[in-house]
Amino acid sequence: MKKHDVVVIGGGPAGMAAAVAAYDAGCKDVVILDREPQLGGILMQCIHNGFGLHKLGQELTGPEYAAVYAQKVAQRNIKVYLETTVTGLTGDKIVTAQNRDGILKLQATGVILAMGCRERSRGALNICGTRPAGVYSAGTAQKLVNCMGYQVGKRVVILGSGDIGLIMARRMSLEGAKVEAVCEVMPYSSGLTRNIVQCLEDFGIPLYLSTTVIQVHGAGRLEGVTVAHVDQNCKPIEETTRYIPCDTLLLSVGLIPENELTRCAGVPIDPITGGALVDENCQTLIPGIFACGNVLQVHDLVDYVSEEAERAGAGAAKLVGDNIPIQAGISIQLGNGVRYVLPQTIRRTDEDVSLFLRVTQPFGKARLTVTDADRVLAAGKRLKAAPGEMEKLTVKAEMLKDAKGPLTVSLEVLE
Amino acid sequence: MKRKFTCIICPRGCAMEADIQNGQVAVSGNSCSKGEEYAICECLHPVRTVTATLRISNRHDTMVSVKTQTPIPKEQMQAFMAQLRQHAVNAPVRIGDVVAENICGTKVIVTKAVQ
Repeated sequence: MKKHDVVVIGGGPAGMAAAVAAYDAGCKDVVILDREPQLGGILMQCIHNGFGLHKLGQELTGPEYAAVYAQKVAQRNIKVYLETTVTGLTGDKIVTAQNRDGILKLQATGVILAMGCRERSRGALNICGTRPAGVYSAGTAQKLVNCMGYQVGKRVVILGSGDIGLIMARRMSLEGAKVEAVCEVMPYSSGLTRNIVQCLEDFGIPLYLSTTVIQVHGAGRLEGVTVAHVDQNCKPIEETTRYIPCDTLLLSVGLIPENELTRCAGVPIDPITGGALVDENCQTLIPGIFACGNVLQVHDLVDYVSEEAERAGAGAAKLVGDNIPIQAGISIQLGNGVRYVLPQTIRRTDEDVSLFLRVTQPFGKARLTVTDADRVLAAGKRLKAAPGEMEKLTVKAEMLKDAKGPLTVSLEVLE
Repeated sequence: MKRKFTCIICPRGCAMEADIQNGQVAVSGNSCSKGEEYAICECLHPVRTVTATLRISNRHDTMVSVKTQTPIPKEQMQAFMAQLRQHAVNAPVRIGDVVAENICGTKVIVTKAVQ
Protein backbone atom coordinates (compact mmCIF):
# COMPACT_ATOMS: atom_id res chain seq x y z
CA MET A 1 0.00 0.00 0.00
CA LYS A 2 1.35 3.40 -1.01
CA LYS A 3 1.68 6.01 1.73
CA HIS A 4 0.96 9.70 1.27
CA ASP A 5 0.91 12.66 3.64
CA VAL A 6 -2.25 14.25 2.27
CA VAL A 7 -4.81 12.63 -0.04
CA VAL A 8 -7.44 14.96 -1.49
CA ILE A 9 -10.65 13.32 -2.72
CA GLY A 10 -12.12 15.42 -5.54
CA GLY A 11 -10.37 17.76 -7.98
CA GLY A 12 -12.94 20.56 -8.20
CA PRO A 13 -12.38 24.08 -6.86
CA ALA A 14 -12.24 22.84 -3.24
CA GLY A 15 -9.87 19.95 -3.91
CA MET A 16 -7.48 22.00 -6.02
CA ALA A 17 -7.30 24.91 -3.55
CA ALA A 18 -6.87 22.51 -0.60
CA ALA A 19 -4.06 20.60 -2.32
CA VAL A 20 -2.24 23.81 -3.24
CA ALA A 21 -2.62 25.22 0.28
CA ALA A 22 -1.36 21.98 1.88
CA TYR A 23 1.65 22.00 -0.44
CA ASP A 24 2.42 25.65 0.22
CA ALA A 25 2.13 25.07 3.98
CA GLY A 26 5.05 22.69 3.73
CA CYS A 27 3.52 19.31 2.96
CA LYS A 28 5.25 18.12 -0.21
CA ASP A 29 3.51 14.75 -0.58
CA VAL A 30 0.02 15.66 -1.78
CA VAL A 31 -2.22 13.56 -4.04
CA ILE A 32 -5.51 14.51 -5.75
CA LEU A 33 -7.96 11.82 -6.87
CA ASP A 34 -10.78 12.71 -9.29
CA ARG A 35 -13.23 10.66 -11.32
CA GLU A 36 -13.37 13.06 -14.30
CA PRO A 37 -10.81 13.18 -17.13
CA GLN A 38 -9.78 16.73 -16.13
CA LEU A 39 -9.51 18.84 -12.99
CA GLY A 40 -12.11 21.53 -12.37
CA GLY A 41 -15.21 19.70 -11.21
CA ILE A 42 -18.55 21.37 -11.81
CA LEU A 43 -16.84 24.63 -12.89
CA MET A 44 -16.15 23.08 -16.28
CA GLN A 45 -19.85 23.18 -17.18
CA CYS A 46 -20.47 26.60 -15.58
CA ILE A 47 -19.50 28.60 -18.66
CA HIS A 48 -21.17 31.81 -17.40
CA ASN A 49 -19.16 34.65 -15.88
CA GLY A 50 -19.17 36.06 -12.37
CA PHE A 51 -16.56 33.82 -10.73
CA GLY A 52 -13.52 35.16 -8.93
CA LEU A 53 -14.62 38.72 -8.14
CA HIS A 54 -13.83 38.33 -4.42
CA LYS A 55 -10.90 35.95 -4.52
CA LEU A 56 -9.06 36.86 -7.70
CA GLY A 57 -10.26 40.44 -8.23
CA GLN A 58 -11.47 39.71 -11.75
CA GLU A 59 -14.64 38.40 -13.29
CA LEU A 60 -14.05 35.00 -14.86
CA THR A 61 -16.10 32.16 -16.32
CA GLY A 62 -16.13 28.78 -14.55
CA PRO A 63 -13.56 27.10 -16.81
CA GLU A 64 -11.25 30.12 -16.50
CA TYR A 65 -11.49 30.08 -12.70
CA ALA A 66 -10.75 26.35 -12.72
CA ALA A 67 -7.78 26.90 -15.03
CA VAL A 68 -6.21 29.36 -12.55
CA TYR A 69 -6.18 26.64 -9.87
CA ALA A 70 -5.33 23.79 -12.26
CA GLN A 71 -2.24 25.77 -13.19
CA LYS A 72 -1.30 26.23 -9.53
CA VAL A 73 -1.60 22.45 -9.12
CA ALA A 74 0.53 21.85 -12.22
CA GLN A 75 3.23 24.27 -10.99
CA ARG A 76 3.68 22.21 -7.83
CA ASN A 77 4.79 18.66 -7.44
CA ILE A 78 1.25 17.44 -6.71
CA LYS A 79 0.37 13.98 -8.01
CA VAL A 80 -3.03 13.95 -9.78
CA TYR A 81 -4.92 10.74 -10.55
CA LEU A 82 -7.69 11.45 -13.10
CA GLU A 83 -10.51 9.10 -14.14
CA THR A 84 -10.02 7.56 -10.74
CA THR A 85 -13.08 6.92 -8.59
CA VAL A 86 -12.67 6.63 -4.85
CA THR A 87 -14.80 3.72 -3.67
CA GLY A 88 -13.87 3.51 -0.01
CA LEU A 89 -12.48 5.41 2.95
CA THR A 90 -11.85 4.08 6.43
CA GLY A 91 -11.58 5.88 9.75
CA ASP A 92 -7.86 5.07 9.82
CA LYS A 93 -7.49 6.88 6.49
CA ILE A 94 -7.07 4.06 3.99
CA VAL A 95 -8.38 5.32 0.64
CA THR A 96 -9.52 2.77 -1.94
CA ALA A 97 -9.89 3.93 -5.53
CA GLN A 98 -10.43 2.39 -8.92
CA ASN A 99 -9.17 3.33 -12.38
CA ARG A 100 -8.05 1.69 -15.63
CA ASP A 101 -4.98 0.26 -13.92
CA GLY A 102 -7.12 -1.54 -11.36
CA ILE A 103 -7.58 -0.99 -7.64
CA LEU A 104 -5.49 1.59 -5.85
CA LYS A 105 -4.99 1.57 -2.08
CA LEU A 106 -3.43 4.55 -0.36
CA GLN A 107 -2.60 5.02 3.31
CA ALA A 108 -2.95 8.72 4.09
CA THR A 109 -1.84 10.69 7.14
CA GLY A 110 -4.37 13.39 6.29
CA VAL A 111 -7.44 13.09 4.07
CA ILE A 112 -9.27 16.10 2.62
CA LEU A 113 -12.84 15.43 1.56
CA ALA A 114 -13.76 17.64 -1.42
CA MET A 115 -16.38 15.60 -3.28
CA GLY A 116 -18.91 18.40 -3.79
CA CYS A 117 -22.65 17.92 -4.21
CA ARG A 118 -25.17 16.20 -6.34
CA GLU A 119 -28.59 17.52 -7.28
CA ARG A 120 -31.87 16.68 -5.62
CA SER A 121 -34.00 14.79 -8.13
CA ARG A 122 -37.68 14.50 -9.00
CA GLY A 123 -38.05 11.40 -6.84
CA ALA A 124 -37.19 13.40 -3.73
CA LEU A 125 -40.03 15.85 -4.42
CA ASN A 126 -42.83 13.34 -4.92
CA ILE A 127 -44.27 15.20 -7.92
CA CYS A 128 -47.11 13.04 -9.18
CA GLY A 129 -47.91 12.20 -12.79
CA THR A 130 -46.29 10.20 -15.57
CA ARG A 131 -42.58 9.59 -16.15
CA PRO A 132 -41.95 11.09 -19.60
CA ALA A 133 -38.63 12.12 -21.15
CA GLY A 134 -37.83 15.80 -20.75
CA VAL A 135 -37.53 16.06 -16.97
CA TYR A 136 -33.96 16.98 -16.05
CA SER A 137 -32.12 18.30 -13.06
CA ALA A 138 -30.80 21.74 -14.02
CA GLY A 139 -27.15 20.73 -13.72
CA THR A 140 -27.65 17.72 -15.99
CA ALA A 141 -29.26 19.97 -18.60
CA GLN A 142 -26.34 22.37 -18.14
CA LYS A 143 -23.87 19.59 -18.92
CA LEU A 144 -25.88 18.40 -21.94
CA VAL A 145 -26.11 21.92 -23.38
CA ASN A 146 -22.70 23.32 -22.48
CA CYS A 147 -20.39 20.33 -22.67
CA MET A 148 -22.16 18.05 -25.16
CA GLY A 149 -23.93 20.54 -27.41
CA TYR A 150 -27.46 19.16 -27.20
CA GLN A 151 -30.55 21.31 -27.17
CA VAL A 152 -32.49 19.64 -24.38
CA GLY A 153 -35.86 21.28 -25.12
CA LYS A 154 -37.78 24.10 -26.76
CA ARG A 155 -40.49 25.07 -24.25
CA VAL A 156 -39.20 24.98 -20.73
CA VAL A 157 -40.58 25.27 -17.21
CA ILE A 158 -38.07 25.54 -14.38
CA LEU A 159 -38.93 24.50 -10.85
CA GLY A 160 -36.75 26.15 -8.23
CA SER A 161 -35.19 29.60 -8.38
CA GLY A 162 -31.76 28.68 -7.09
CA ASP A 163 -28.83 30.00 -9.07
CA ILE A 164 -28.42 26.96 -11.32
CA GLY A 165 -32.07 27.19 -12.39
CA LEU A 166 -31.74 30.90 -13.12
CA ILE A 167 -28.51 30.44 -15.05
CA MET A 168 -30.15 27.70 -17.12
CA ALA A 169 -33.17 29.93 -17.85
CA ARG A 170 -30.80 32.36 -19.57
CA ARG A 171 -28.75 29.68 -21.24
CA MET A 172 -31.80 27.91 -22.72
CA SER A 173 -33.18 31.28 -23.90
CA LEU A 174 -29.92 32.14 -25.65
CA GLU A 175 -29.96 28.72 -27.32
CA GLY A 176 -33.38 29.46 -28.78
CA ALA A 177 -35.73 27.84 -26.24
CA LYS A 178 -38.75 29.61 -24.74
CA VAL A 179 -38.71 29.55 -20.96
CA GLU A 180 -42.36 29.76 -19.94
CA ALA A 181 -41.94 30.12 -16.20
CA VAL A 182 -39.69 29.75 -13.20
CA CYS A 183 -41.67 28.47 -10.19
CA GLU A 184 -40.43 28.82 -6.61
CA VAL A 185 -42.23 27.13 -3.74
CA MET A 186 -40.90 29.63 -1.19
CA PRO A 187 -42.19 33.23 -1.01
CA TYR A 188 -38.67 34.45 -1.95
CA SER A 189 -35.98 33.39 -4.40
CA SER A 190 -32.87 31.71 -3.08
CA GLY A 191 -30.88 32.95 -6.08
CA LEU A 192 -28.56 35.96 -6.22
CA THR A 193 -30.26 39.26 -7.19
CA ARG A 194 -27.77 39.58 -10.00
CA ASN A 195 -29.10 36.35 -11.52
CA ILE A 196 -32.76 37.36 -11.13
CA VAL A 197 -31.99 40.53 -13.10
CA GLN A 198 -29.64 39.18 -15.75
CA CYS A 199 -31.16 35.73 -16.27
CA LEU A 200 -34.90 36.36 -15.91
CA GLU A 201 -35.71 40.06 -16.31
CA ASP A 202 -33.39 40.47 -19.32
CA PHE A 203 -35.29 37.72 -21.13
CA GLY A 204 -38.78 38.56 -19.90
CA ILE A 205 -39.10 35.26 -18.03
CA PRO A 206 -41.75 35.34 -15.27
CA LEU A 207 -40.83 34.22 -11.75
CA TYR A 208 -43.80 32.83 -9.80
CA LEU A 209 -43.17 32.77 -6.05
CA SER A 210 -45.09 30.50 -3.63
CA THR A 211 -45.79 28.32 -6.66
CA THR A 212 -44.85 24.73 -7.38
CA VAL A 213 -45.28 22.00 -9.98
CA ILE A 214 -47.83 19.47 -8.74
CA GLN A 215 -48.20 17.21 -11.75
CA VAL A 216 -46.20 16.11 -14.78
CA HIS A 217 -48.11 15.17 -17.98
CA GLY A 218 -47.10 13.30 -21.12
CA ALA A 219 -46.62 9.76 -22.36
CA GLY A 220 -43.35 9.54 -24.33
CA ARG A 221 -42.19 13.14 -24.01
CA LEU A 222 -43.28 15.73 -21.48
CA GLU A 223 -46.36 17.62 -22.72
CA GLY A 224 -47.00 19.98 -19.86
CA VAL A 225 -47.04 20.55 -16.12
CA THR A 226 -49.73 21.58 -13.68
CA VAL A 227 -48.64 24.33 -11.30
CA ALA A 228 -50.38 25.71 -8.23
CA HIS A 229 -49.93 28.38 -5.60
CA VAL A 230 -49.03 27.10 -2.17
CA ASP A 231 -50.15 28.27 1.27
CA GLN A 232 -47.86 29.17 4.20
CA ASN A 233 -47.27 25.47 4.85
CA CYS A 234 -46.19 24.90 1.24
CA LYS A 235 -49.38 22.93 0.54
CA PRO A 236 -50.83 23.45 -2.97
CA ILE A 237 -54.13 25.40 -3.12
CA GLU A 238 -56.55 23.44 -5.31
CA GLU A 239 -58.39 26.44 -6.83
CA THR A 240 -55.15 27.97 -8.14
CA THR A 241 -54.02 25.10 -10.37
CA ARG A 242 -53.11 25.93 -13.94
CA TYR A 243 -51.69 23.96 -16.87
CA ILE A 244 -48.54 25.09 -18.68
CA PRO A 245 -47.70 23.30 -21.93
CA CYS A 246 -43.97 22.51 -22.17
CA ASP A 247 -41.61 19.83 -23.44
CA THR A 248 -38.97 20.25 -20.75
CA LEU A 249 -38.99 20.59 -16.96
CA LEU A 250 -35.77 21.57 -15.24
CA LEU A 251 -35.44 20.96 -11.52
CA SER A 252 -33.24 23.30 -9.52
CA VAL A 253 -34.41 22.23 -6.12
CA GLY A 254 -31.34 21.94 -3.99
CA LEU A 255 -27.96 20.31 -3.69
CA ILE A 256 -27.05 17.40 -1.49
CA PRO A 257 -23.47 17.10 -0.20
CA GLU A 258 -22.09 13.84 -1.55
CA ASN A 259 -21.00 12.33 1.75
CA GLU A 260 -21.13 8.56 1.13
CA LEU A 261 -17.38 8.21 1.69
CA THR A 262 -17.58 10.43 4.76
CA ARG A 263 -20.19 8.10 6.27
CA CYS A 264 -18.09 5.07 5.24
CA ALA A 265 -15.29 6.42 7.40
CA GLY A 266 -17.64 6.96 10.30
CA VAL A 267 -17.32 10.76 10.29
CA PRO A 268 -20.26 12.36 12.14
CA ILE A 269 -22.51 14.51 9.94
CA ASP A 270 -24.47 17.68 10.80
CA PRO A 271 -28.11 16.92 9.93
CA ILE A 272 -28.73 20.54 8.89
CA THR A 273 -25.78 21.18 6.57
CA GLY A 274 -25.61 17.57 5.36
CA GLY A 275 -21.83 17.87 5.74
CA ALA A 276 -19.36 16.80 8.42
CA LEU A 277 -19.13 18.45 11.83
CA VAL A 278 -15.88 20.42 11.77
CA ASP A 279 -13.58 22.71 13.74
CA GLU A 280 -12.07 26.01 12.57
CA ASN A 281 -9.52 24.17 10.39
CA CYS A 282 -12.30 22.20 8.70
CA GLN A 283 -11.15 19.10 10.57
CA THR A 284 -13.91 16.57 11.20
CA LEU A 285 -14.40 14.68 14.45
CA ILE A 286 -12.00 12.02 13.15
CA PRO A 287 -8.51 13.51 13.56
CA GLY A 288 -6.74 13.85 10.22
CA ILE A 289 -9.90 13.87 8.10
CA PHE A 290 -10.83 17.33 6.79
CA ALA A 291 -13.76 18.51 4.68
CA CYS A 292 -14.21 21.60 2.50
CA GLY A 293 -16.27 23.05 -0.31
CA ASN A 294 -19.77 21.92 -1.17
CA VAL A 295 -19.33 18.54 0.49
CA LEU A 296 -19.13 20.44 3.78
CA GLN A 297 -21.80 23.07 3.14
CA VAL A 298 -23.48 24.34 0.00
CA HIS A 299 -21.81 27.62 -0.98
CA ASP A 300 -23.17 30.56 -3.02
CA LEU A 301 -19.83 31.63 -4.45
CA VAL A 302 -16.84 29.58 -5.54
CA ASP A 303 -14.56 32.26 -4.10
CA TYR A 304 -15.63 31.20 -0.59
CA VAL A 305 -15.12 27.54 -1.53
CA SER A 306 -11.51 28.29 -2.37
CA GLU A 307 -10.99 30.16 0.91
CA GLU A 308 -12.52 27.37 2.97
CA ALA A 309 -10.43 24.79 1.13
CA GLU A 310 -7.27 26.75 1.83
CA ARG A 311 -8.02 26.53 5.56
CA ALA A 312 -8.54 22.78 5.24
CA GLY A 313 -5.35 22.34 3.23
CA ALA A 314 -3.22 24.40 5.60
CA GLY A 315 -4.82 22.61 8.56
CA ALA A 316 -4.00 19.21 7.10
CA ALA A 317 -0.39 20.21 6.42
CA LYS A 318 0.00 21.48 9.98
CA LEU A 319 -1.35 18.23 11.34
CA VAL A 320 1.04 16.17 9.22
CA GLY A 321 3.94 18.32 10.43
CA ASP A 322 3.32 18.67 14.16
CA ASN A 323 0.69 16.11 15.04
CA ILE A 324 -1.17 18.57 17.25
CA PRO A 325 -3.34 16.63 19.68
CA ILE A 326 -7.04 17.27 19.34
CA GLN A 327 -8.52 19.18 22.24
CA ALA A 328 -12.15 19.02 23.14
CA GLY A 329 -12.84 22.60 22.07
CA ILE A 330 -15.69 25.03 22.55
CA SER A 331 -18.99 24.08 20.97
CA ILE A 332 -21.26 26.52 19.12
CA GLN A 333 -25.03 26.61 19.50
CA LEU A 334 -27.72 28.01 17.23
CA GLY A 335 -29.67 30.97 18.56
CA ASN A 336 -32.63 32.88 17.19
CA GLY A 337 -32.86 33.21 13.39
CA VAL A 338 -29.79 31.09 12.61
CA ARG A 339 -30.18 27.89 10.59
CA TYR A 340 -26.61 26.65 10.87
CA VAL A 341 -23.10 27.73 11.81
CA LEU A 342 -19.74 26.41 10.70
CA PRO A 343 -17.48 25.44 12.38
CA GLN A 344 -19.49 23.64 15.04
CA THR A 345 -16.45 23.51 17.36
CA ILE A 346 -13.51 25.85 18.00
CA ARG A 347 -10.40 24.05 19.24
CA ARG A 348 -7.57 26.58 19.05
CA THR A 349 -8.30 29.87 20.74
CA ASP A 350 -5.01 31.61 19.97
CA GLU A 351 -6.09 32.81 16.53
CA ASP A 352 -9.05 34.76 15.13
CA VAL A 353 -11.83 32.41 14.01
CA SER A 354 -14.33 33.15 11.26
CA LEU A 355 -17.83 31.73 11.63
CA PHE A 356 -19.99 31.08 8.56
CA LEU A 357 -23.73 30.97 8.94
CA ARG A 358 -27.06 31.07 7.20
CA VAL A 359 -30.20 32.68 8.55
CA THR A 360 -33.56 30.90 8.67
CA GLN A 361 -35.57 33.35 6.52
CA PRO A 362 -35.20 36.80 4.91
CA PHE A 363 -34.73 39.58 7.49
CA GLY A 364 -34.49 43.35 7.19
CA LYS A 365 -32.04 45.31 9.35
CA ALA A 366 -30.50 42.90 11.81
CA ARG A 367 -27.59 42.35 14.16
CA LEU A 368 -25.67 39.10 14.33
CA THR A 369 -23.95 38.23 17.58
CA VAL A 370 -21.68 35.60 19.04
CA THR A 371 -22.13 35.37 22.80
CA ASP A 372 -20.51 33.41 25.62
CA ALA A 373 -23.15 33.41 28.37
CA ASP A 374 -23.85 37.19 28.66
CA ARG A 375 -20.61 38.36 27.08
CA VAL A 376 -20.71 39.46 23.43
CA LEU A 377 -17.60 38.13 21.64
CA ALA A 378 -18.42 39.45 18.18
CA ALA A 379 -21.24 41.31 16.50
CA GLY A 380 -22.08 42.65 13.08
CA LYS A 381 -24.95 44.71 11.66
CA ARG A 382 -26.60 43.83 8.36
CA LEU A 383 -28.98 45.98 6.32
CA LYS A 384 -30.62 42.73 5.33
CA ALA A 385 -29.99 39.03 5.62
CA ALA A 386 -31.31 36.20 3.46
CA PRO A 387 -30.92 32.41 3.55
CA GLY A 388 -29.40 32.55 0.06
CA GLU A 389 -26.43 34.57 1.23
CA MET A 390 -23.88 33.13 3.61
CA GLU A 391 -22.91 35.44 6.45
CA LYS A 392 -19.46 35.65 8.02
CA LEU A 393 -18.59 36.83 11.53
CA THR A 394 -15.05 36.87 12.87
CA VAL A 395 -14.31 36.34 16.55
CA LYS A 396 -11.01 37.89 17.64
CA ALA A 397 -8.50 35.70 19.43
CA GLU A 398 -8.42 38.00 22.47
CA MET A 399 -12.18 37.57 22.86
CA LEU A 400 -11.94 33.79 22.49
CA LYS A 401 -9.13 33.40 25.00
CA ASP A 402 -11.29 33.38 28.13
CA ALA A 403 -14.44 31.97 26.54
CA LYS A 404 -15.93 29.03 28.39
CA GLY A 405 -18.57 28.04 25.85
CA PRO A 406 -20.85 26.94 24.54
CA LEU A 407 -21.01 30.01 22.30
CA THR A 408 -24.37 31.08 20.88
CA VAL A 409 -24.78 32.66 17.47
CA SER A 410 -28.02 34.54 17.01
CA LEU A 411 -29.79 37.21 15.01
CA GLU A 412 -31.68 40.11 16.47
CA VAL A 413 -34.04 42.15 14.28
CA LEU A 414 -33.41 45.92 14.46
CA GLU A 415 -36.13 48.47 13.95
CA MET B 1 -40.03 58.31 -17.60
CA LYS B 2 -39.43 56.47 -14.33
CA ARG B 3 -37.88 53.03 -13.99
CA LYS B 4 -37.33 50.81 -10.97
CA PHE B 5 -34.22 48.71 -10.45
CA THR B 6 -32.77 46.31 -7.98
CA CYS B 7 -29.08 47.10 -7.79
CA ILE B 8 -26.86 44.11 -8.57
CA ILE B 9 -23.50 45.63 -7.71
CA CYS B 10 -23.36 44.17 -4.20
CA PRO B 11 -25.50 41.81 -2.07
CA ARG B 12 -27.26 44.74 -0.40
CA GLY B 13 -29.54 44.96 -3.47
CA CYS B 14 -30.82 48.53 -3.10
CA ALA B 15 -34.24 49.27 -4.56
CA MET B 16 -33.49 52.20 -6.84
CA GLU B 17 -35.59 54.46 -9.00
CA ALA B 18 -34.34 56.32 -12.05
CA ASP B 19 -36.05 59.34 -13.54
CA ILE B 20 -35.10 59.79 -17.18
CA GLN B 21 -35.63 63.23 -18.73
CA ASN B 22 -34.07 64.15 -22.11
CA GLY B 23 -31.20 61.70 -21.74
CA GLN B 24 -30.47 62.87 -18.18
CA VAL B 25 -30.90 60.27 -15.44
CA ALA B 26 -31.66 61.13 -11.81
CA VAL B 27 -31.19 58.15 -9.50
CA SER B 28 -32.68 57.73 -6.04
CA GLY B 29 -32.68 54.90 -3.51
CA ASN B 30 -29.03 54.02 -4.08
CA SER B 31 -26.59 53.80 -1.17
CA CYS B 32 -23.40 54.44 -3.10
CA SER B 33 -22.00 55.96 -6.27
CA LYS B 34 -21.52 52.55 -7.88
CA GLY B 35 -25.27 52.01 -7.65
CA GLU B 36 -25.91 55.32 -9.35
CA GLU B 37 -23.45 54.44 -12.10
CA TYR B 38 -25.14 51.08 -12.62
CA ALA B 39 -28.62 52.62 -12.81
CA ILE B 40 -27.50 55.24 -15.33
CA CYS B 41 -25.81 52.58 -17.42
CA GLU B 42 -28.93 50.39 -17.30
CA CYS B 43 -31.10 53.31 -18.45
CA LEU B 44 -28.93 54.65 -21.25
CA HIS B 45 -26.96 51.72 -22.67
CA PRO B 46 -27.33 48.43 -20.77
CA VAL B 47 -24.58 45.95 -21.67
CA ARG B 48 -24.00 42.26 -20.90
CA THR B 49 -21.17 39.77 -21.18
CA VAL B 50 -22.49 36.81 -23.18
CA THR B 51 -21.10 33.30 -22.78
CA ALA B 52 -21.82 30.29 -24.99
CA THR B 53 -20.27 27.08 -26.28
CA LEU B 54 -19.25 26.09 -29.81
CA ARG B 55 -18.60 22.68 -31.30
CA ILE B 56 -14.98 21.88 -32.18
CA SER B 57 -14.97 20.91 -35.87
CA ASN B 58 -11.94 18.66 -35.80
CA ARG B 59 -12.73 16.76 -32.59
CA HIS B 60 -15.42 14.22 -31.89
CA ASP B 61 -18.18 15.40 -29.51
CA THR B 62 -16.14 18.25 -28.05
CA MET B 63 -17.38 21.70 -27.13
CA VAL B 64 -15.42 24.81 -26.26
CA SER B 65 -16.75 27.61 -24.09
CA VAL B 66 -16.41 31.21 -25.27
CA LYS B 67 -17.28 34.71 -24.07
CA THR B 68 -17.50 38.25 -25.39
CA GLN B 69 -14.23 40.01 -24.62
CA THR B 70 -16.17 43.17 -23.75
CA PRO B 71 -19.88 43.42 -22.85
CA ILE B 72 -22.28 43.99 -25.73
CA PRO B 73 -25.54 45.99 -25.82
CA LYS B 74 -28.23 43.98 -24.07
CA GLU B 75 -30.67 44.10 -26.97
CA GLN B 76 -28.10 42.52 -29.30
CA MET B 77 -27.73 39.27 -27.33
CA GLN B 78 -29.91 37.17 -29.65
CA ALA B 79 -28.32 38.69 -32.77
CA PHE B 80 -24.93 37.89 -31.28
CA MET B 81 -25.92 34.26 -30.74
CA ALA B 82 -27.19 33.92 -34.33
CA GLN B 83 -23.89 35.17 -35.72
CA LEU B 84 -21.77 33.21 -33.27
CA ARG B 85 -23.32 29.91 -34.39
CA GLN B 86 -21.83 30.38 -37.87
CA HIS B 87 -18.28 30.33 -36.54
CA ALA B 88 -16.25 27.15 -36.68
CA VAL B 89 -13.53 26.42 -34.14
CA ASN B 90 -10.64 24.03 -34.64
CA ALA B 91 -8.58 22.58 -31.81
CA PRO B 92 -6.11 23.07 -30.30
CA VAL B 93 -7.24 26.27 -28.62
CA ARG B 94 -6.03 28.01 -25.48
CA ILE B 95 -7.80 30.34 -23.08
CA GLY B 96 -7.85 33.81 -24.60
CA ASP B 97 -7.63 32.68 -28.26
CA VAL B 98 -9.89 34.73 -30.54
CA VAL B 99 -12.59 32.72 -32.35
CA ALA B 100 -14.31 35.72 -33.95
CA GLU B 101 -12.81 39.16 -34.55
CA ASN B 102 -15.98 41.21 -34.43
CA ILE B 103 -19.52 40.21 -33.54
CA CYS B 104 -21.69 43.07 -32.31
CA GLY B 105 -18.57 45.11 -31.71
CA THR B 106 -16.56 42.66 -29.64
CA LYS B 107 -14.01 39.92 -30.06
CA VAL B 108 -15.14 36.47 -28.95
CA ILE B 109 -12.53 34.60 -26.94
CA VAL B 110 -12.04 31.02 -25.75
CA THR B 111 -12.51 30.33 -22.02
CA LYS B 112 -11.48 26.65 -21.94
CA ALA B 113 -8.39 25.02 -23.40
CA VAL B 114 -8.95 22.10 -25.79
CA GLN B 115 -5.93 20.04 -26.85
